[in-house]
Amino acid sequence: MKIPIAVAGILLAGAALASAQAINGAGATFPYPIYGKWFEEFRQKNPSIEINYQSKGSGAGIAQLTEGTVDFGASDMPMKDEQIAALKVKALHFPTVLGGVVPTYNLPGVPDLKFSSEAMAGIFLGQITKWNDPRIAKANPGVKLPATDIIVVHRADGSGTTFVFTDYLSKISPAWKSGPGANTSIKWPTGVGQQGNEGIAGMVKQTPGAIGYVELIYALKNKMEYGSVENAAGAYLKATLETVTAAAAGAAKNMPADFRVSITNAPGKNAYPIASFTWLLIPTQIQDPQKRAALTGFLKWMLTDGQNDCASLGYAPLPKEVVSQEMKQIAQVR
Amino acid sequence: MSATATASVLTRRSSTVKGDEIAHLVTLAFGATVVLITVLLVWNLWGASAASRSKFGIGFLWGTNWDPNAADFGALPFIYGTVMTSLMALAISVPLGVGAAIFLAEMAPPGLSSACTFLVELLAAVPSVIYGMLAIFTVVPMMREYIEPALKGAFGYLPQFQGPMLGVGYLTAAVVLAIMTFPYIIAISREALLDVPHDQREAALALGATRWETTFKVVVPYARLGILGSIFLGLARALGETMAITMVIGNDSTLHASWFAPGYTIAAVLANEFAEATGKMYTGALVELGLVLFLVTIVINALARLLVLATTRKGSAKAA
Repeated sequence: MKIPIAVAGILLAGAALASAQAINGAGATFPYPIYGKWFEEFRQKNPSIEINYQSKGSGAGIAQLTEGTVDFGASDMPMKDEQIAALKVKALHFPTVLGGVVPTYNLPGVPDLKFSSEAMAGIFLGQITKWNDPRIAKANPGVKLPATDIIVVHRADGSGTTFVFTDYLSKISPAWKSGPGANTSIKWPTGVGQQGNEGIAGMVKQTPGAIGYVELIYALKNKMEYGSVENAAGAYLKATLETVTAAAAGAAKNMPADFRVSITNAPGKNAYPIASFTWLLIPTQIQDPQKRAALTGFLKWMLTDGQNDCASLGYAPLPKEVVSQEMKQIAQVR
Repeated sequence: MSATATASVLTRRSSTVKGDEIAHLVTLAFGATVVLITVLLVWNLWGASAASRSKFGIGFLWGTNWDPNAADFGALPFIYGTVMTSLMALAISVPLGVGAAIFLAEMAPPGLSSACTFLVELLAAVPSVIYGMLAIFTVVPMMREYIEPALKGAFGYLPQFQGPMLGVGYLTAAVVLAIMTFPYIIAISREALLDVPHDQREAALALGATRWETTFKVVVPYARLGILGSIFLGLARALGETMAITMVIGNDSTLHASWFAPGYTIAAVLANEFAEATGKMYTGALVELGLVLFLVTIVINALARLLVLATTRKGSAKAA
């Protein structure tokens, strides 16, 4: 007797869940904290809509969108042309927030190092191997640099952070562009791989002479020291939410219609050079009208009220120009 | 009691025969799942790696380049790292583990023996990520500050002990694997030693052998198969270990001669790169690495069986 009741209970519960509009997405891990907050807030405002998000990585998000097993994807790097060609239903890129990547290093007694473009490329190419190399010293007059080995620490797991960082290196160094190139995983000329921001931070922290790169949010949350980086205008900038948003504003003037844009090494005196959008990938055709209304409703809310959540979680908000351009793109979802 | 039971079995004989058949079929089905899972696994890996297999062919096995951006993939750095770290780990953990097992089974007072055995079984059940964290916070700094400089001082003329000492790399990974395989080797070797019949020991003692001679000339050879089994189990764990290794091996896909240098294992690169891999060739190459790991495991297991055969041919009580 008990079993049929239990089965009926499960079926009823299932029916109750099904009455809410469930939307499934998957993709990038970097924006997951704010996406989680957005989806929860949006559900509180619209109890009939439930957005589920699996933060499995940008590559997995694109793959699942291509297979059609999710309603939307999310990625830290814009889709490549061949990836777009593989889609059955064309998808739109919607930038949501901005992220930055910062160099973190371990040199006891040497805070606030400045890294020129030449030094950055040289270190990660393995051409600069000692901390007192003149190419590092040039931008840091008066700083006493030790003659110790530089130990490069990079991400071992495929990551949008690596894509942004290597995309920046490709723009400042022709040798990097023709060599390792830009991707979520690359063949590193030198160094040690560690998993995740926490892996890099841990390795750098305990290894004197180490240098690595982590997400700005991670560095801010953990109150880590990080260096300034030379930007396209030749100024040395520390990454902050403002300088990262400034990088997007600099790029907004000639934003391509599909938003597939790299904003590393962006023009502008205040533009931090290692910055990037992260994107939601929304199909242009959604058959179910309820689902379509729910997703477009979410996009509108995310671009307006949702942006106010950015600062408290450490994300840089979108510049106004980009928001208004995206609002127009929502109409293309049919 | 037993007479009545036998009688009732006999009276229901026809139904028991039927029961036997059913039991036979059911257990056969369970047994068949082992074969089925293996076949499905290989079939699946084979199919999903088609793009990579057709492009790189057999040369995949000795290709040394792993460049996702250029879509050029070779497995050698990962095969080398996997086999190398596992063998180095066994070189450390086998003498330690077997020695400890002999002590616990033959020499230690019963109270101490059971307390240690409890601890060993506890260690065997610790999840590998815990070992990885332990390794990052204690083994890595220890290797960098003390052990690697000492090795470099003593054997610095050998290429294996040259280059910068990072604390992470092949040697550290091997040490961590040794720590992880050690409890397995102790626990199973100890069981094998305890299983040696008492009359074997008594016979040796009666012939005038000392305690040591009894242990090393009679008990250990008798338990040889069980001890070898423990080593294979340790090896299997070492070959497939993922989390703890990726935390300490340095994850560098370049081949290095130095044991201090960062390296990579097959399991570690799969764990690191699969989630973000895009494109048929890249995912295909990663799946093919899984196939290679399967192959490496089979080859090593086959070699191990041959070793067992070769050593048992000399004839011992358990030669069958």
